[in-house]
Amino acid sequence: MSYVPHTQEDIQQMLSTIGVKSVADLFKDIPASLRPKSFNLPESKSEFAVTAALSKLAFKNATGLINFVGGGFYDHFIPAAVDALAGRSEFYTAYTPYQPECSQGWLQAIYEYQSIICQLTGLDISNASLYDGGTALFEAMMMAVRHTGRNKVILDSGVNLIYRTMLYTYTSNLSIEFVEIPVVHGQSSRQDLLKYVDDQTAAVIFQNPNFFGAVDDYSDMVEKVHEFGALAIACVYPVSLGMLKTPGEMGFDIACGEGQSLGIPLSFGGPYLGFMAVKSQFVRQIPGRIVGATVDSDGKRGFVLTLQTREQHIRRERATSNICSNEALCALRAAIFVSLLGKAGFKELARQNYQKSEFAKEALSRVKGVQVKRSSPTFNEFTVLLPCNADTVVQRMIEKGFACGFPLGRFYKGMDNYLLIAVTEKRTKEEIQRLADTLEAVL
Amino acid sequence: MNIPKNILYTKEHEWARIEGKVAFVGITDYAQHSLGDITFVELPKVGEILKQSAYCATVESVKAASDVYAPLSGKVVAVNTQLATHPELINQSAYEAGYFYSVEFLNQAEQSNLMDAASYQKYVEGISK
Repeated sequence: MSYVPHTQEDIQQMLSTIGVKSVADLFKDIPASLRPKSFNLPESKSEFAVTAALSKLAFKNATGLINFVGGGFYDHFIPAAVDALAGRSEFYTAYTPYQPECSQGWLQAIYEYQSIICQLTGLDISNASLYDGGTALFEAMMMAVRHTGRNKVILDSGVNLIYRTMLYTYTSNLSIEFVEIPVVHGQSSRQDLLKYVDDQTAAVIFQNPNFFGAVDDYSDMVEKVHEFGALAIACVYPVSLGMLKTPGEMGFDIACGEGQSLGIPLSFGGPYLGFMAVKSQFVRQIPGRIVGATVDSDGKRGFVLTLQTREQHIRRERATSNICSNEALCALRAAIFVSLLGKAGFKELARQNYQKSEFAKEALSRVKGVQVKRSSPTFNEFTVLLPCNADTVVQRMIEKGFACGFPLGRFYKGMDNYLLIAVTEKRTKEEIQRLADTLEAVL
Repeated sequence: MNIPKNILYTKEHEWARIEGKVAFVGITDYAQHSLGDITFVELPKVGEILKQSAYCATVESVKAASDVYAPLSGKVVAVNTQLATHPELINQSAYEAGYFYSVEFLNQAEQSNLMDAASYQKYVEGISK
């Protein structure tokens, strides 16, 4: 392949073939106000000058805050061994192995990641990962739509608004009919579910713990959903599965979620990790890559990318999804993180999150004007009612060195005075007590 | 090559056996042989309306997924549920136990677009040469 740029003649020929006058015409769908005024860029600067300018910008971020913000993404401890192992040159690519049989080490790592996801969710088949929690939920929903041949989706409003927005955006040109059922006192309304689920329903989607942190046993709801031939989808927080009933145990057909909490640092915009597991009967419908174990001609154990006929490079437009890749490096981090903790360590991690969060509830309930909501059991995140606007309180707390929580009014109407507080294993007793004292001082 | 006399064939190697108002549909012995070991079939849904020559099913063998086209238009009456767990029936018995589905056909005249055993035999010999 030659790297000679297109000549004016080439460009004219291409333009006339597609019936466009000039290159500028190709951009006319973009409003003029959004187009660059000029490409006349400022003079270049030295590396030193650029580094200094960027450091100055970065310094504007509030760093070093004591973090009590969750809302789907959590501040968990990441052992140094995760970086050391995932950073090895043999592994250090975000990309999926395209010559799979040559990449036995990678395939084994993904196979182990899949095994871990299956164990955590209590389901049979995991794919090699998807881009993030939101895309995983979208893929789960579309899988249910394809499988049932129906287009009505019931969405619990306890599902993270970010994910709900993604579902609406992704399906804006598809004829999916969404019904949202409300959350009442932290729990999904069982009556509303029964009112809306019918034989036209493709899927019912729950989140556990839900956005308010409330934990529920959805077994009875899943049973109802199945009576109508629809699929039940659970969006779950993996760390909580060290302690809570698994989606598999509740009878869910599909579990998915955000894998950031498994050894991936908090970062605005990611990269994060979508995971997805299904019952074995859906092995042909699950999107994305799957690594399988097999034996070679000498009978030695080996790994392969398997069941590829579901995927777009073979099935074209009838593929299970247009996701043909995975989030390999993040999946590797998750596999290393969980392996380092081991079974007992993972349970201990979940237990610490739960107990520290319960301790925070106690500490905060002693703060004058703060009302801790206790209508539902929670895992490591809970809701408090403040005597004033939560956004204002968050601002004041930042000045005192705390990221004290997520103001629920940003996502839910009429909840301006509610604050969502997450407590991970990283928060010490002392930090939690200081959170309570500082809150008392700023209120 | 097994090419039974009493049934109709398409150029895409599907067959249709007419029984009253219903046609049984599958892929031919030639097709199953060319595909090799079949590992999975995706069948149409009961009640689905199919159009002659349009996509109706997918057959997967070890390395490929192939589309299957409906030999006749009509409404799917039943599908061969055995194939979900035993896709190898297509290899073992392409014209009997390995059938795909049965369809209540809409238009008898469409049958004239299909080949009889003798024409199909010739057609297959033409491909093999």
